Amino acid sequence: MEKKIAEKIIEVNEEGYLTNFSQWSKEIGEEIAKEANINLSPRHWDVITYLQNEFKNEVPLSIRKIGKSGVVDIKELYVLFPTAPLKTATKIAGIPKPASCI
Amino acid sequence: MKRIVILGAGTAGTMMANHLHNELDKNEWEIDIIDEREEHYYQPGYLFLPFDIYEPEDIVKSIKEFIPKGVRLFTTKIEKVDAEQNLVKMYNGDQLHYDILIIATGAKIAPGEIEGMQGKEWQKSVFDFYTFEGSLALRNKLREWKGGRLVVHITEMPIKCPVAPLEFSFLADAYFKHKQMRDQVEITYVTPLSGAFTKPKATAALDHLLHEKNIAIESDFAIAEVDNENKKIIDYGGREIPFDLLVTVPTNKGDDLMERSGLGDDLNYVPTNKGTLQSLKYQNIFVLGDASNIPASKAGSVAHFEAEILTENILLFINGEPLKEEFDGHANCFVETGNGKALLIDFNYTHEPVEGEFPFPGIGPLRLLKESRMNHMGKLAFKWIYWNVLLKGTHIPFVSATMQEEGKHFA
Repeated sequence: MEKKIAEKIIEVNEEGYLTNFSQWSKEIGEEIAKEANINLSPRHWDVITYLQNEFKNEVPLSIRKIGKSGVVDIKELYVLFPTAPLKTATKIAGIPKPASCI
Repeated sequence: MKRIVILGAGTAGTMMANHLHNELDKNEWEIDIIDEREEHYYQPGYLFLPFDIYEPEDIVKSIKEFIPKGVRLFTTKIEKVDAEQNLVKMYNGDQLHYDILIIATGAKIAPGEIEGMQGKEWQKSVFDFYTFEGSLALRNKLREWKGGRLVVHITEMPIKCPVAPLEFSFLADAYFKHKQMRDQVEITYVTPLSGAFTKPKATAALDHLLHEKNIAIESDFAIAEVDNENKKIIDYGGREIPFDLLVTVPTNKGDDLMERSGLGDDLNYVPTNKGTLQSLKYQNIFVLGDASNIPASKAGSVAHFEAEILTENILLFINGEPLKEEFDGHANCFVETGNGKALLIDFNYTHEPVEGEFPFPGIGPLRLLKESRMNHMGKLAFKWIYWNVLLKGTHIPFVSATMQEEGKHFA
């Protein structure tokens, strides 16, 4: 389905995840973050950039891996993106919700 | 003489030994299988042991019984696989050269991954049921337990048999009702997922069942530690859940051998092509069952379907022909819901579990994603099928290795 984010029509799935990463921009990320009541700081952007790079390299994401990445530890990840950090952070980053769970 | 070496004589390895023994020319190929244990455990039985539904002798047999004559069985611990040299090295100094290696070393629990999980309350008020010892210790605990807060908990995905903790909760509800003490037990199901299961339609059905059985659900819980002093689990966000009895599924990992051999990922699972089951790094290494990193359920049914497809691919590989990307992630799982009923789910990489009939479209006799007594009979019958049909590599009639779409009600 389509959704208007940051004045642009964007393709998203029923949970609000972008289905086409090429449509993502910083402004869109900021607007999705606002919906989750998060103000993006430079530390947030470190995590988002890391997640996007992993996505481009087709590396499956998990909280465990992020914790070991050296970018951020799990405690800080939860401070930055409370409740369900990986789900929230991937949504803001414009990449699919991690399919690590089968 | 060429040699195939199979690592692990569990469900997947045993099935491969039987398949290959039937298919390969014995004058040309030697088949070896290695496992450090002497017993074969029927792992689905670990779910029933705590509730006194099965006895230990129902679920433990000798590995030897299921390895065909003509296949050499080694009971020894492997130190390392040297994939560059095609060598398997044992701790006793022996080594085996292979032309083809099949990795079927499975997955196991790693409670040490979480702070405090294996603390002073381990097997006192903190239990697992993913090992024979854990399941048996839990049985003894439940027999004398006077009630209180029972917390059923999943540490992180992926785990073997992702429905097992749900089944445990349902069976616990029935068990305490039967003992006429359900009103003294508060059951909470704690999961790192957003709902009861990983796929939307099954989650809706299972969430409903949890509600019906008065089992509370705490979702999106990423455990940081088990607090042994105050008997509670705490997540990274600071959420706390108190327990009197914690039944946890610890982090699952592939075998340490994969780490020692440099063959595994961060959880010791071997990176594997999800269609062909060939290792991504070495052409003459194949992986099936829980040991691989493919995005399919870690379950015996998956290993069974993989074994049929992998046998075909190994024959193609031996003949120098291209492999078939045929494995579709097919899984078929009974979900015990208590009181003599069960659900059945049948799904693959691309199709989530939905309602329908199985294995005959429009007929059944099994019902998909709906509780029925027949499904429960199917689950109980499966123990016999496992020991007598499945391990021997005999094809189960009417159940195909790839998922069939007929008989499923995709909306």
